[in-house]
Amino acid sequence: MTTRGAKLPFGLPRFSEDKQELLLRILILALIYILAFAQRLYSVLRYESVIHEFDPYFNFRSTKYLVDEGIYNFLNWFDDASWYPLGRIVGGTIYPGLMFTAAIVYWVLNALNITVNIRNVCVLLAPWFASNTAIVTYFLTKEVKNTGAGLLAAALIAIVPGYISRSVAGSFDNEGIAIFTLLLTYYLWVKSVNTGSLYWSAWCVLGYFYMVSAWGGYIFIINLIALYTFVLLVTGRYSSRLYVAYCTYYVLGTLISMQISFVGFQAVQSSEHMSAFGVFGLLQLHGALNWMRAHLSPDSYRKFFQLSLLLISAAGAVALAVATATGYVSPWTGRFYSMLDPTYAKEHIPIIASVSEHQPTTWASYFFDLHILTFLFPVGLYYCFNKLTDANIFIICYGITAVYFSGVMVRLMLVLAPVACVLGAIALSSTLETYTRYIKPGSRTPKAAQVDFPIQKEVSYVMLAGVAVLLIFYTLHCTWVTSEAYSSPSIVLAAKQQDGSRLIFDDFREAYRWLNFNTKDDARIMSWWDYGYQISAMGNRTILVDNNTWNNSHIAQVGKAMASSEENAYAIMRELDVDYVLVIFGGLTGYASDDINKFLWMVRIAGSTDPNIREADYFTKQGEFRIDAEGSPVLLNSLMYKLCFYRFGEVYTDHGKPPGFDRVRNVEIGNKDFKLNYVDEVYTSQHWLVRIYKVRDLENRG
Amino acid sequence: MEAISLFKEFQRGYSDRTPRLTKIIDVFLLYVLLTGVLEFVYCAIVGTFPFNSFLAGFISTVGTFVLGVCLRLQVSPANHFKNISKERAFFDFIFANVVLHLTVFNFLG
Repeated sequence: MTTRGAKLPFGLPRFSEDKQELLLRILILALIYILAFAQRLYSVLRYESVIHEFDPYFNFRSTKYLVDEGIYNFLNWFDDASWYPLGRIVGGTIYPGLMFTAAIVYWVLNALNITVNIRNVCVLLAPWFASNTAIVTYFLTKEVKNTGAGLLAAALIAIVPGYISRSVAGSFDNEGIAIFTLLLTYYLWVKSVNTGSLYWSAWCVLGYFYMVSAWGGYIFIINLIALYTFVLLVTGRYSSRLYVAYCTYYVLGTLISMQISFVGFQAVQSSEHMSAFGVFGLLQLHGALNWMRAHLSPDSYRKFFQLSLLLISAAGAVALAVATATGYVSPWTGRFYSMLDPTYAKEHIPIIASVSEHQPTTWASYFFDLHILTFLFPVGLYYCFNKLTDANIFIICYGITAVYFSGVMVRLMLVLAPVACVLGAIALSSTLETYTRYIKPGSRTPKAAQVDFPIQKEVSYVMLAGVAVLLIFYTLHCTWVTSEAYSSPSIVLAAKQQDGSRLIFDDFREAYRWLNFNTKDDARIMSWWDYGYQISAMGNRTILVDNNTWNNSHIAQVGKAMASSEENAYAIMRELDVDYVLVIFGGLTGYASDDINKFLWMVRIAGSTDPNIREADYFTKQGEFRIDAEGSPVLLNSLMYKLCFYRFGEVYTDHGKPPGFDRVRNVEIGNKDFKLNYVDEVYTSQHWLVRIYKVRDLENRG
Repeated sequence: MEAISLFKEFQRGYSDRTPRLTKIIDVFLLYVLLTGVLEFVYCAIVGTFPFNSFLAGFISTVGTFVLGVCLRLQVSPANHFKNISKERAFFDFIFANVVLHLTVFNFLG
């Protein structure tokens, strides 16, 4: 027991081997915890502690509201400063988990008299939860395989780029905590299937509640668990443990998920939840039939089985037909249907197709986001198939479904990253186990399991070195990717000048601050929906459309205004009560995500509700999208063009180029030197990135 | 006819082979099942207006039934759970019921 303990200085007692291993594990996990947090801090160190992107600004604003106004006011909040004449019922249309988590951290810290600003809590919440995710991944992989694989999985997920992209410091979005809650729910689920204890199943339900409160992706959890249970049933691995785990999880989980207002009664009415219900029914049937079998003779049991099968399938078919015919069970919503049929959104729902995160994933993205895990993934699957247990089958199901969904949408790479880490860890750990047993003297495997081949030790050393090299390259890649690709705040831009110094573009915040100080309190701002949350949070003004995109026809109105001529647009803007129009223009600086590049999406979305806006009108006769002299006249006279390029015809952007040379499209603009008749320019930011115009009042005389 | 003879055979086998503790749990489960059926019939007659109240009550019966079945699986002599003692099974049952019923109270409206 205490034979080969280490000798510590100052005559401290020796440790047994088990205690040594425990200490080593705790140290490794502590280092991984710190690493996961530290890896995500690049943008805070380079710029400042600021919220990135667009969506997080709404979450930040909501958290501030929660902290200032209290829980009841937050849950009942009706926001009249967004979606101008309509308003938005915020309490019932968000997943409040993120806001509550940040608020609780803030309250706890302030109660301990550590006075942290709410902004800093929001900025640093995602890295902290990434550390927690690494720990939960350790526990999950320990349940599936063993502690060695667990440590490796924790280390891999601490730095995997696919997860870092959505959980850097400053990215205060649902995914930051959703991956933690997803893995926590899965860990508790695997534990409850392994032990068959009601205690773990109840905790799994509570973990599921946290997941439902955090992210709309909870649909994936409930469907995956239902699929997994179905697979176990079909492969003959039914056991009482499975019955206990699934039935508890389904019944309590459905009830508890309905406590979130945004989910509401969907948990029992929408088609996306029906598969879980079906599996529940199947499981009850299986359990009941098993029970009857114990009390009847084989002949009578067979008769009973046939009778009940007939009755139940008839009843089930009738119920399903009635429910679908009366519309009680609604068909799949577009958002989830587009996951099964990726081409659906492009044809029918342009607003879903236009989001950049919903584009299909390229092969390069897989390697960029997963590096060595891309090819370790199938190796891990092989090792799981080699020794099938209930827990292994779960990881296999999760892995395969995650790979399919990540191929549909780039955003879902995030769901693939954890399981890729788990499977990669299983692969590497099994490989290491195979070869270290030849190196370690007095290893515990029986002689029969060892395969004798020549130069055993040398081959093992080479394999170990190979694995070490793989992992070193992985670390280098992850660090480089995090530093270069995923740590830019996107609210502050930076560029390198010729002499190597950095030029900072802080135009967005400059413009929103101008709005805050120079417009009246109830001014209404019209802009494309991408900027809605930022204008609300930083400019603190009423806006027409924002990133929530819940009302397609309202967005189509805005798109129509941007795409029409100045006169028609003026009529629409008077109707919508607009005071100011805000556009983003990248032609002077070379910023490529500006409104002219997004313009075709505005036309498509407007065209989806108003047939007078035809996309073909904005192209040249040859079908090209051009803004120079050859461009379509409809395009060159549209409001968006005029607002972006007003006075741009006088500006010299590059040596040797004519005035009005657009640095993004790389052409000289076609329509220069025009006057604006219905709007006045009131503000253009320093590098012309943000331009704000005031809508003129009606003429005094008719 | 077949169904009745099947039922009689089942009844005989059941009362011979099941121990008393399990029979007590079974009576409780039967009561919960009947309550659930009653609630569903009532909802079908009266309509679903406070749907959350109906769901809370109905899922309360379904949940209690399911948890009771799980308890029965764990305490009956032919159990497959070698590492869960009767006392521990009962504590787990209570814990899961607390989670269930607190949620039901929240949802009753």
